Amino acid sequence: MDKSNKSGAEALIHSLHLEGVDLMFGYPGGAALHIYDAIFNQNYVDHILVRHEQGAVHAADGYARATGKPGVALVTSGPGATNAITGLATAYMDSTPIVVISGQVKSNLIGTDSFQETDMIGVSRPIVKHSFLVQRAEDIPDIVKKAFHIATTGRKGPVVIDIPKDFTDPEYKFEFNYPTEVNMRSYNPPEGADTSRIKEAADMIAIAKRPVIYSGGGVNQNNASEELTALAKLLNFPVTNTLMGLGAFPGSDPQFMGMLGMHGTYQANMAMHNADLIIAVGARFDDRITNDPKQFALSAKKIHIDVDPASVSKIIHADIPIVGSAKESLTSLIEELKSRDLKTNESDISEWNEQIKNWRDAHGLNHSLLEMGAQNGKILPQQVIQSLYKETNGEAFVTSDVGQHQMFAAQYYHFDKPRQWINSGGLGTMGFGLPSAMGVQLAYPESIVSCVTGEGSIQMCIQELSTCLQYGLPIKIINLNNAALGMVKQWQDMQYGGRHSSSTYENSLPDFVALTESYGHVGIKVSKFDELESAMKECISLKDKLVFLDVDVDPNEHVYPMLEAGNAMDHMRLSKDEKTW
Amino acid sequence: MKRVIALLMENQPGALSRVVGLFSQRGYNIETLVVAPTNDSTLSRLTMSTEGDEKVVEQITKQLDKLIDVVMVTNLSESEFVERELMLIKFTKDSFPENVFDESNIVSKDNQIINVQVVGTSSELDKLISEIDANNPLEIVRSGSLGISSDEKTLTIEN
Repeated sequence: MDKSNKSGAEALIHSLHLEGVDLMFGYPGGAALHIYDAIFNQNYVDHILVRHEQGAVHAADGYARATGKPGVALVTSGPGATNAITGLATAYMDSTPIVVISGQVKSNLIGTDSFQETDMIGVSRPIVKHSFLVQRAEDIPDIVKKAFHIATTGRKGPVVIDIPKDFTDPEYKFEFNYPTEVNMRSYNPPEGADTSRIKEAADMIAIAKRPVIYSGGGVNQNNASEELTALAKLLNFPVTNTLMGLGAFPGSDPQFMGMLGMHGTYQANMAMHNADLIIAVGARFDDRITNDPKQFALSAKKIHIDVDPASVSKIIHADIPIVGSAKESLTSLIEELKSRDLKTNESDISEWNEQIKNWRDAHGLNHSLLEMGAQNGKILPQQVIQSLYKETNGEAFVTSDVGQHQMFAAQYYHFDKPRQWINSGGLGTMGFGLPSAMGVQLAYPESIVSCVTGEGSIQMCIQELSTCLQYGLPIKIINLNNAALGMVKQWQDMQYGGRHSSSTYENSLPDFVALTESYGHVGIKVSKFDELESAMKECISLKDKLVFLDVDVDPNEHVYPMLEAGNAMDHMRLSKDEKTW
Repeated sequence: MKRVIALLMENQPGALSRVVGLFSQRGYNIETLVVAPTNDSTLSRLTMSTEGDEKVVEQITKQLDKLIDVVMVTNLSESEFVERELMLIKFTKDSFPENVFDESNIVSKDNQIINVQVVGTSSELDKLISEIDANNPLEIVRSGSLGISSDEKTLTIEN
């Protein structure tokens, strides 16, 4: 190991290198300039200059979600730090492993309201897994080691390292020693399988008649998709994924019921409501899933596998809590089931699967809308997703922003692989789509990375088009342009008598094609259904170009199904004039 | 029912704000909060009391346990425990109640003012306050509850 004397800034970059970081995103400024100079003088870690710190953190987050490796962002003090906050909160809500390094004013200026001073540790406290304020330059290697350990173990999450400028001073050097291991008496996340209740879980599985496997983002984060799929196949139990969990079980598999929850499929929500056993894996029963928790799946026993003890029995009581790694706990459950001459209630299970099929036939999503052509002369947003799916053979990475387009993408693009679908599920951050796609594209330069967005969301981080040109990122931006903040408008249609308060733009939208072209990319406008498929083909075929496909979609379309608030999961609106109750 | 949670946390800057921040962030109602260093100088002990139901207290302890700076958490009210609180009361000499305190309670006294100290359970202190209400005490200061389990269990770590 390189033990030569290093400054704090050099020690920081070298520590990142030793953590396996080869790419980071950031934006320079006064308090971070010593660090930027250290970046200039080395070749281990590439730095991507974004156009706004929010973009840096989302890009690091997208990189982490796509690769499973921690993402890194570097920002300066004050406004640099506060601009990173939305990105941190996004990563925190979805438990993604990122490390955000913020420059801070010199230590002797802290607390004096000096130029570009913000209490980053204080401001970020409720939205980080942990944070460190560096107190001595010599502590930097140890803190970096701990930060990566905390970010990437247990329930993952963002960690902030705030470094006063004097501790990165190039004039002050010290002997560099990178710790080989982390010992923290106060941090011992569950590791491996929790086998204490596995036998009871297997007993419960053996007698289930109407079981559902409900999995969430934790399965993707823990790379447990293979084990989840194996369990589902072994038992022939139906599977549903949360918005964050899509891809954990193949989306095109007939055993898959689709997403559940607020805009989940009819069959997934009905199955949850009527189940007698719910096997929850890496999912947290949040309000977008359960609807009214007091009326949630009342006849079901719940087995809850999660690495976070605080998520178990937080909202819904777990009859069998299993607190451990999803991957290893599922493995041990599968072993237990295989070691028995397992007899599930085969006739009951097939009857149950038949019931689910009937629900699907009655009110499932129509995955053949594309073949139906224009609807009242308009393009349906769902048709655009189906066209993207068709043109990319279902193999693209899809990032999204937040709103109707996000739900349509989740519902209609069948994600067969984990980490393929990248969206802000917990915080619901508009502006996430494009910068997160940059992180994905940099991690997988040869893959098709598409960003499904809307004309509202894309404008929240559209400045990153410039970053995409600088680094040659050929992202395919699919803009479902309904000339309104669609999800807001939908709620206003449904609950506020159609009063569209501040959800439309009164002809103030930019010409997205011209805008994209001014950034040096390709823009394509689609306003007629007949142009959709050929334009999509052209968009995807331009391998080396960022393409902005601006599609005018039916502005009156709503996302359905939609759970009716304050009720059980079987209370759904199925269209503007159909409901289940 | 009053519940008392005690924890050990790293004695370093920012640790207390994480714990206190958690309470407001997650909407937990805290009645009293006491924090002081332990005889292991790297650790502080924090004791809090709350009226929350069992489920809320379970969530509080789990969320506290997740904080990286928190080394160990215990819900003392899960088993037999001793809860004590210190109270200081200031009276004018003229309004000092008779037959309530003895000499050992008096911690300062001059021509005008008498200060007394009382130790007891929170409910004993509540009761005392209502008893002396008519005497119009000038000031009442309460420390908040401390707790220790009645059996051999301890909230300590091996070094």
